[in-house]
Amino acid sequence: MLDQLKKTEAPATFTGNRGLELEEPLLFDIGRDDATGVDIDEPAPFASRLGGLERKEPVALPGLSEPETMRHYVRLSRKNYSIDGGIYPLGSCTMKHNPRLNEKMARLEGFADIHPLQPQSTVQGALEVMEQLTHWLLTLTNMHALALSPKAGAHGESCGLMAIKSAIAARGEAATRKTVLVPQSAHGTNPASAALLGFELRTIPAGADGIVHAEAVEPLVGPDVAAIMLTNPNTCGLFERDIAKIAKMVRDAGGYFYCDGANFNAIAGVARPGDFGVDAMHINLHKTFSTPHGGGGPGAGPVALSARLAPFAPAPLLIRERDGLRLKEDVEGTQGFGRITAFHGQMGMFVRALAYMLAHGADGVAQASRDAVLSANYVRVKLRDMMSAPFGDRPCMHEVLFDDAWLNGSGVTTLDFAKAMIDEGYHPMTIYFPLVAHGAMLIEPTESESKASLDLFIATLRNLGERALQGDEAAFHAAPLHAPRRRLDETLAARKPVLRCTQGAA
Amino acid sequence: MTGTHFTKDHEYVRVDGNAGVVGVTDYAQSQLGDIVFIELPPVGKIISKGEPLATIESVKAASEVFSPVSGEVVEVNDVIDESPAVVNEDPLGAGWFVKLRLSDPDELAGLLDEAGYETHVQNL
Amino acid sequence: MRYHPLTNADRSEMRRAIGVADIAELFADMPGGVVENFDLPRGKSEIEVERHLERLAAKNLPASQAPFFVGAGAYRHHVPASVDHLIQRSEFLTSYTPYQPEISQGTLQYLFEFQTQVALLTGMEIANASMYDGSTGCAEAMLMAHRVIKRRKALLSGGLHPHYIDVARTVARLAGDDVVSLAPDVTAAEDLIARIDDSLSCVIVQTPDFFGNLRDLRAIAEACHRHGALLIAVFTEAVSLGLLTSPGAMGADIVVGEGQSIGNSLNFGGPYVGLFATRQEFLRQMPGRLCGATVDTEDRRGYVLTLSTREQHIRRDKATSNICTNSGLCALAFSIHMTLLGGTGLSRLARVNHANAVALKDMLAQVKGVDVLNNSFFNEFTLKVKGDAAALVERLAARGVLAGVPVSRLLPNAGLDDLLLIASTEMNTDEDRATLVAELKGAL
Repeated sequence: MLDQLKKTEAPATFTGNRGLELEEPLLFDIGRDDATGVDIDEPAPFASRLGGLERKEPVALPGLSEPETMRHYVRLSRKNYSIDGGIYPLGSCTMKHNPRLNEKMARLEGFADIHPLQPQSTVQGALEVMEQLTHWLLTLTNMHALALSPKAGAHGESCGLMAIKSAIAARGEAATRKTVLVPQSAHGTNPASAALLGFELRTIPAGADGIVHAEAVEPLVGPDVAAIMLTNPNTCGLFERDIAKIAKMVRDAGGYFYCDGANFNAIAGVARPGDFGVDAMHINLHKTFSTPHGGGGPGAGPVALSARLAPFAPAPLLIRERDGLRLKEDVEGTQGFGRITAFHGQMGMFVRALAYMLAHGADGVAQASRDAVLSANYVRVKLRDMMSAPFGDRPCMHEVLFDDAWLNGSGVTTLDFAKAMIDEGYHPMTIYFPLVAHGAMLIEPTESESKASLDLFIATLRNLGERALQGDEAAFHAAPLHAPRRRLDETLAARKPVLRCTQGAA
Repeated sequence: MTGTHFTKDHEYVRVDGNAGVVGVTDYAQSQLGDIVFIELPPVGKIISKGEPLATIESVKAASEVFSPVSGEVVEVNDVIDESPAVVNEDPLGAGWFVKLRLSDPDELAGLLDEAGYETHVQNL
Repeated sequence: MRYHPLTNADRSEMRRAIGVADIAELFADMPGGVVENFDLPRGKSEIEVERHLERLAAKNLPASQAPFFVGAGAYRHHVPASVDHLIQRSEFLTSYTPYQPEISQGTLQYLFEFQTQVALLTGMEIANASMYDGSTGCAEAMLMAHRVIKRRKALLSGGLHPHYIDVARTVARLAGDDVVSLAPDVTAAEDLIARIDDSLSCVIVQTPDFFGNLRDLRAIAEACHRHGALLIAVFTEAVSLGLLTSPGAMGADIVVGEGQSIGNSLNFGGPYVGLFATRQEFLRQMPGRLCGATVDTEDRRGYVLTLSTREQHIRRDKATSNICTNSGLCALAFSIHMTLLGGTGLSRLARVNHANAVALKDMLAQVKGVDVLNNSFFNEFTLKVKGDAAALVERLAARGVLAGVPVSRLLPNAGLDDLLLIASTEMNTDEDRATLVAELKGAL
């Protein structure tokens, strides 16, 4: 019966389209091998110098004319949810507004049309952008040096851990200091990054109140500990109260403190991680500093380093000299651990982030953090009577964590609840993360939502919650009904992976 | 010794002399959801009780299967390599993982029998 | 502030609902309390931000303002206006990773198309949804070979881009793995095959290589396979794939490279997009995101991220890699440009690039004191000059000509100070070439 509960009772159409909702075939179904949307003149005949390695025919790639290309991609775009279109309450992702000014500035010729290897005398403005961004980030964090080159947050984690590993080796302790402490609530990139560098992981048990207690860390700290990796605020949206104590404990034992900066949006402009004893912290420019998520990337994850880790920063190093700025592109004569990417880093994201910082100022950055924390707590108090919190009701930072205990017996899972939100026009919050909460629902509204938007969001979740508890489970299992696709068979996709179009296949 | 013995982690070993057929229980497969891939050990691998023997992947999770007993892997089940769904459908039959040559049959005494395992599951 | 919708009245009401008199109460857990004074300016209006950044942009010499021959791993090509317009659509620019596939079919379908395009271009069976860039992709390919072959030593050709070598060596050293990298191979003369043995998991070769030489990988592939190792083929100029035998056709097991040349501007080095393709049999060891086809409950074709159990958010310390993002929007730009070109357009574009490079090479034959060292090349070659190439480039830059990359910039202290890499794409005009030649004559 519910399968017939489609959004319209109208009969099927000839095209399968429904008004403005359009089906769009694959490029490989509509493109043609000889079609092209770019006019290029064939060069006059010439003697080629390809050493016999010329291919026999053109690559069998279909093309489209320009109007067809526009139509294909515009139609695809319309199947996507986006922040410009609605709230993305994704905990740990900080889906704030992406200002278009940032796009305009990044596209200035002087930034977009310069090559990383043209003479440094011809790109001093670009180096100044990097210098100013460095100043902003180091001032906001009260840290000592910035490694600008990591291309994403996880890349930044690798960078920070590589610096730590190198610092330990420089002390002659490489053979004995091989353990990294990570809380149960950590994001998966933390243990993954550490394991890939050959560290052994040891898990810090979660406290009943959701934070990491110094007493829980103390028995694990010893001369074999290379580092502790903490997120602050943590992935449950709570400030790690014992952070300074824990940092001192680890540092006194000769270890280093890596801070995952994914949740910096709660405290930027209000507190400084360097004050807590952090040795390395990556900053997600695509979270805290508004660079667009672009459907999955590109990101940027510069790493702030303490004074004792700064000597191990990778190439390139930005140096201010008497007559200008210079990028030192190798680690000769330094203790730098090497290079983690070609060229200099995500310049396009540096310009965007700097535009954001200039627009906000220190006052605006602090306001953003305060509004982010205010909004998350507002959502918390408006939902707490209905939804269960794994660590009890207590003030959160910029994100609020619920679990699925309140849905027990209803037949509705966290997943079902999320899919029902889609029908209401909302992208769901983060689900099933962190792992310490059963059926976790992590909501991060950010500072970019109006009160009206928050109120409607809250009212919608309350309505859905009431329906779930009243036994409407069949409707939840059938959701979403109104999205471009119903639930997709992820089991099939994993059992029989089809990762590309093959000739003739639809 | 014959019979099927169980671990608290929902693995079983069905014993006949010093040969054992190892797999996961019906409770395990229902908890894991749709299984999409199984990583099996190579034939000839020597394994100790409690050591990871195989990895089961469902869409959203990956879980280790720990060997209930010590021994040598003498055969692996190609069927579940091809069609992981068989583990969901028939975990105690066609969905077996490996056949072991037991190196220490005394270890079986420390495992649960069928009734003991049923009780254990009921109390979860 | 223009980006913050909450008004003071809103904030007041929300504080009341929460039960706090002052927002500082919500920050009570922080040791040391709220920090008030940061040595940073106050917020600026949009006009002021523009002024500030335009002033910085004006201090750079963009490629459009000078005859431009700079390459060495990033190339200046024309990006059609439609590409940049489409990637700025809200639904592409401001969407998240497609973890809720029902409302992300736009992203997922273009990723599926992108994966197909990359597989076809490289001549391989499967490709992923992109890496950060070519250099990190190359290091990931090396780690993947270690996992597949279960050996932990790699051999790097002396024709590999120096930054790619540095990244691979850094990753290997810190992961405790072995790397042998051969000396810079200016004329593709190294005997790589003699160095291939049973200790290696992989051999990494670039073509067109850093010095512009084109390499036939077939014999190398055979030698690798005879010793149970994988051949990893690297490229930094994706347009070359339009004219040259594909690495897959030459026997490569993993093909990885930089996709920036198609759809993406120079951007001073980033963001770029790594292309990564391999054989079907290695699917489960491939790093990065993967998009797969499936159906929904109404049996309609759809797409989802798949095989996520390789990835960090599930496997955690047993993940194939720690990667969390791909280069989404850059991959989209690549895909749109590739769609506009089609195979035919790409071939033609590649031919124009090669023709321009050949024309330039022939003109340089008239210049005393320079020598093109390459027997074969695509759109970039190595020029041996009289004297110091870096000083020459600086002199020409001061005269408004961006003449290329001195090899010493990436390989200092290698005795290669008289070598200059010159790239020539469809963006170079006859006038550009004439100017370069005249300036070189004048300077030497």
